[in-house]
Amino acid sequence: MTNKIKGPSSIKTYREAINDALRQEMRRDPRVIILGEEVSGGAGCEGQDDAYGGVFGVTKGLMPEFGRERVIDTPISESAIIGAAAGAANNGLRPVAELMFFDFIGVCFDQIFNQAAKFRYMFGGKSRTPMVIRGTVGAGWRAGAQHSSMLHPVVTHIPGLKVVMPSNAYDAKGLLIQAIRDDDPVLFLEHKIMYDLKCEVPDEAYAIPFGEAAFPREGTDVTIVAISNMVHRAIQAADELAKEGISCDVIDPRTVSPLDEESILESVEITGRLVIVDEAHERCSLAADISSIVAEKGFSSLRAPIRKVTAPHAPVPFSPVLEDAYVPSVERIIRAVKDVLGA
Amino acid sequence: MPYDSAFLLRAYRTMKTIRIFEERCIKEFEAGNVPGFVHASNGQESIAVASCIDLSDTDIIGSTHRGHGHSIAKGCDVIGMMKEIMGKATGLCKGKGGSMHIADFDKGMIGANAIVGGGQPLCNGAALASKTLGTKDIAMSFGGDGSANQGTVLESLNFAVVLKLPHVFMFENNGYGEGTGANYALGCDSLADRNRAFGMPSEYVDGTDFFATYEVCKRAIAHARDGKGPFAIEAETVRFDGHFIGDPQLYRGKDEIKLAKKNRDCIKIFRDRVIKEGWLKAEEMDAIDTEVIALIETAVKEGLAAPNPDPETDLMADVYCSY
Ligand SMILES: Cc1ncc(C[n+]2csc(CCOP(=O)(O)OP(=O)(O)O)c2C)c(N)n1
Ligand SMILES: [Mg+2]
Repeated sequence: MTNKIKGPSSIKTYREAINDALRQEMRRDPRVIILGEEVSGGAGCEGQDDAYGGVFGVTKGLMPEFGRERVIDTPISESAIIGAAAGAANNGLRPVAELMFFDFIGVCFDQIFNQAAKFRYMFGGKSRTPMVIRGTVGAGWRAGAQHSSMLHPVVTHIPGLKVVMPSNAYDAKGLLIQAIRDDDPVLFLEHKIMYDLKCEVPDEAYAIPFGEAAFPREGTDVTIVAISNMVHRAIQAADELAKEGISCDVIDPRTVSPLDEESILESVEITGRLVIVDEAHERCSLAADISSIVAEKGFSSLRAPIRKVTAPHAPVPFSPVLEDAYVPSVERIIRAVKDVLGA
Repeated sequence: MPYDSAFLLRAYRTMKTIRIFEERCIKEFEAGNVPGFVHASNGQESIAVASCIDLSDTDIIGSTHRGHGHSIAKGCDVIGMMKEIMGKATGLCKGKGGSMHIADFDKGMIGANAIVGGGQPLCNGAALASKTLGTKDIAMSFGGDGSANQGTVLESLNFAVVLKLPHVFMFENNGYGEGTGANYALGCDSLADRNRAFGMPSEYVDGTDFFATYEVCKRAIAHARDGKGPFAIEAETVRFDGHFIGDPQLYRGKDEIKLAKKNRDCIKIFRDRVIKEGWLKAEEMDAIDTEVIALIETAVKEGLAAPNPDPETDLMADVYCSY
């Protein structure tokens, strides 16, 4: 990644970067609280407090620093968690609620899309809902159909929700800080396969504005737009293709709502060719959405049909061989790039 | 003798099958042969068996993420289960489900469930079908102490009372939802009391005592089958392993598991009781142990040797619509 870092920095994992963002914002602003299942762990138990710090260890160490009043372990009650976060946000707090697996929005969707998402507009601009919902998304953990979904298209469809999908530790920290400071509901989606990925992260707090894409590879032959963990596969594909003299422009939108349409259109203006890589299903998806934006607003730049590389129209299968075939692979991206080049 | 020996031997064999199955799952997980998230139910065998031993194949159970024991108790093929847990093509769900999604409709097992509180509403539906069709089958849902706080479960309790559904709600209180104490997450003093407040009979039982649990289940099942509506049971038990296999369990007390294994092992308690009462001989049960160990050994061998699904044909099989 080509982030120009000034000042002290360190190599951090995606997990540590998110933890860092939470800690710094909680130190800065006493209105920031965390609530969710096992965000600390050990409540009402004989053994160790802070036993989990989130099932993926992301919030570890925050309860010992900020106390159980600000890092709140809840019962298994997702509707109540999200509703409490939204109501608290309306009333002076800046909650960060955790859905252990984002698949659990199934249990609490009303509080997200019918409540939090609509308040500002429906109440004539008089209500603010500065809340963040963190959740893990994606396949690759052999976690089966109910713990592996990519549901960002579902929430991206809804007006009133901002949807953030960082692909690396640097972006995760900056975007989470922005999300916490934002006055609207933000869904912050962490791909569970990336928690141990490392990169250089500034020690100080910094915010990355929403709606600004990143450009992990620059090129002129084909534009590849990739989201979340797929960014890494797109980069791998681009590096492979570079050896064959094919130059790819890899775009990571970082936030899918708002979406940096301009950067995508500008890139396609140069390349004339577009491949979109997303781990969600294809129908009514972000891939379909970006494809339609480019077809409408960048039609004259296109020199080949747009190609989408997505998961199939099926739930995530458990069996490792099936799950591996389910997730878009580097090979499929390479094939799509060659297709649009007629190579 | 209040129980005939065939019944006692069957109860013992089933509990032991669950125990050895779970212990072997842990081993195979550690050896890298079982992928994903696996939640073992060792320690809780008596509840699964007491709940299911009188049910027929057309009675329905709905299970949880910790569902191996319920599946075995309801008669699911352990070899098919092991293959499923290993993600193999010949597993009970063709390797598509895994540990958290085992189902066997021929045995009235409508699914483990990876969503806490996912199963109770579905069991209301099974009970409604039975009531509407007049089949006299009952539904039994399993849930943990943690699941008792889920909105879907609280709605289902009231719904079952209002519609007078033949549904037995079995709550296994093992003291924990993941790493959170039940005494923290349940705001009430007694789950059994809370469930009673919904307007149905509700009882507390020591779930480590197979016989006590069986007697409550028998009453609950008869109540549901007689058309008197739902019944709730809170059975207190112990989880011998982690929330999931590999859980470091830092939240548990020092020596807690060691003491539980010594004093609250439901299979040991069963054995001691039937020997003391003179209902069974130790040798009869030892012989079963040998058979069960051999069966699980076969399940693992067959599981390891079973073919993987074929992405070409299996990835897109059984979708509702394809593109
Ligand atoms: C809707 C939902 N929320 C959270 C989880 C994560 N989760 C899985 S099991 C579990 C604890 C369940 O506790 P309990 O009901 O007591 O069952 P036990 O694990 O003790 O058998 C949690 C929080 C989930 N799978 N589904
Ligand atoms: Mg429990």
